[in-house]
Amino acid sequence: MSEPTISRALHDPPLVRVTLILAALAIMGVLIVIPLVSVFYQAFANGVDAYVQSLVGNADTLHAIRLTLVVAPIAVVANLVFGVAAAWAIARFRFPGRTLLTALIDLPFAVSPVVVGLFLVLIFGLQGYLGPWLREHDMAVIFALPGLVLATAFVTFPVVARELIPVLEAVGAEEEVAAVSLGARGWQVLWRVTLPNVKWGILYGVILCNARAMGEFGAVAVVSGRITGETDTMPLRVEKLFQEYDLPGAFAVASVLASLAVVTLVVKTALEWKTRRDLAATAREATATGHP
Amino acid sequence: MSISVQHLTKRFGTFLALDDLCLEVPSGELIALLGPSGSGKTTLLRIIAGLEAPDGGAVLYGGAEVTDSRVRDRNVGFVFQHYALFRHMNVFENIAFPLRVRRWPRAKLDARVRELLRLIQLESLERSLPSQLSGGQRQRVALARALAASPGVLLLDEPFGALDAKVRQELRQWLRRLHEEIHVTSVFVTHDQEEAFEVADRVVIMNQGRIEQVGTPAEIFEQPANAFVMDFLGNVNVFHGRVRGGQAELASLAVDCPDYPDDEERAATGFVRSHELDILRVQNGRPALPADVVHINPARPVVKVRLYAPAFGLPLNVDLSWDRFSELQLKPGEQVFVSPRRLRVFVEDAVI
Repeated sequence: MSEPTISRALHDPPLVRVTLILAALAIMGVLIVIPLVSVFYQAFANGVDAYVQSLVGNADTLHAIRLTLVVAPIAVVANLVFGVAAAWAIARFRFPGRTLLTALIDLPFAVSPVVVGLFLVLIFGLQGYLGPWLREHDMAVIFALPGLVLATAFVTFPVVARELIPVLEAVGAEEEVAAVSLGARGWQVLWRVTLPNVKWGILYGVILCNARAMGEFGAVAVVSGRITGETDTMPLRVEKLFQEYDLPGAFAVASVLASLAVVTLVVKTALEWKTRRDLAATAREATATGHP
Repeated sequence: MSISVQHLTKRFGTFLALDDLCLEVPSGELIALLGPSGSGKTTLLRIIAGLEAPDGGAVLYGGAEVTDSRVRDRNVGFVFQHYALFRHMNVFENIAFPLRVRRWPRAKLDARVRELLRLIQLESLERSLPSQLSGGQRQRVALARALAASPGVLLLDEPFGALDAKVRQELRQWLRRLHEEIHVTSVFVTHDQEEAFEVADRVVIMNQGRIEQVGTPAEIFEQPANAFVMDFLGNVNVFHGRVRGGQAELASLAVDCPDYPDDEERAATGFVRSHELDILRVQNGRPALPADVVHINPARPVVKVRLYAPAFGLPLNVDLSWDRFSELQLKPGEQVFVSPRRLRVFVEDAVI
């Protein structure tokens, strides 16, 4: 099956085409390619040794990397569980409040992360609603790891669910109904039928969620208190190094984050290609057997 | 296991899908639910399975009420029109699924799946994924999967609807043979009367959420219960008219109608199947009406002649044997007489 193509007669004149393509390339170059390349260029400006040194030789930078590697996975796992549950509920059931739930899932994307951070401070901070109680029980949320996790999880909450809802809808409920008719219980249906069918969607959601979690700045900046060597995550560290005129250090950490973005894009493209191929195969079968 | 359906009612919004419907399926019988779309046949099947809950009435399996029990506890085998095979599992795992969720021990499970693979003659494809199978093969796998846990009843929702004509024909005969081997009580939904008549022990004709007639294929074909069944079976010519005192007059055809001896005149409809009409060059005293030959289609085991009776604005279809056709030497445009050998009259209800 070939991709649908536009016939020659429908093409715009060559001049229009070339102009549009060049304009698109120029914007791409200025906004995306040049910054990305320059991050790596700056990071490696003093050679590979200096690059490695500015990453592992600085205890605070190393701590920031480690902290991000702790915070992001916790947030991702939490959002994986919530995301799968929410996507399943929205894609499979019609219930009162379903539209509201769909809208609420998107809320973190619509709200500025700084507001999210302030909001957490308002609840968990010393002057906040739960602050006194937390202090009595010797627990810290704001300016500590739990606050970072909460802020990151909140901001990245929509990612998995939003990836999963369309995939679940495309797969349809027929196999799940069949599984139930064959004697499967709810958990068996989930583990044996639903999740294997959407595994690529889940993987993609997790990767995207992870990228967003590692790069989160605004909300984390508010709740962390930005204590060097304690609550600085990678993006906070980049900004701090930059403010301190440690450009090689700032760009070295930035390049790690940028690499993550590149890896995410490659995996995303590979997964989309695979999903499209699977869906095309299903569609072909559907046509071959004559049902809509 | 026998199935008993008692006074089922089901509404979807304002649409009445099932209207106080009762049906008995004796153990081991293969029964077809036949009707036009929207007649409620699929809804009935899904309620029997437990995939849908009725608004009123009861479903009994082997005399025990199951109306409120969940589908997974009913031990039914359900075959879906579009197979609903698990796309990420191979043939073996698909068939093994109902056994795995029941935690069968491995040796027993292996033996049972192999037995079913033999039954559907797909042993060589046990490692294939559903996407690698043809439609007919997929439906056989779906059937084996539905039968794996030895269900008490087997329910099939338009099982051959998505297949092409030749495969459908083969699978029909295969299903009939399979049923003779395993004798599980089976209900299948179809809108294809040929399929229903060929496969089923008894056929249930449904319309607007009610049962119009239940009977063996021969009973239904020979003694249609009412005008709907007659019309639904198709291939008929319809004559409208009136009836009173045991006599009906339908498009100038005067026929006896002993079923309606009343003096009050009523509207009536007469049905004549295409092969029950004869074409005459000259009237022979039997009821007949004049018609023009419009079209002759000889490319069949019978010759299909299309006529038009101008006096009544009535198109007519007649199936002639080849012998009779060569005897008559018909040409399009000729005027002839059409005479029914057998005419079924259904008196319409007074309240319309």
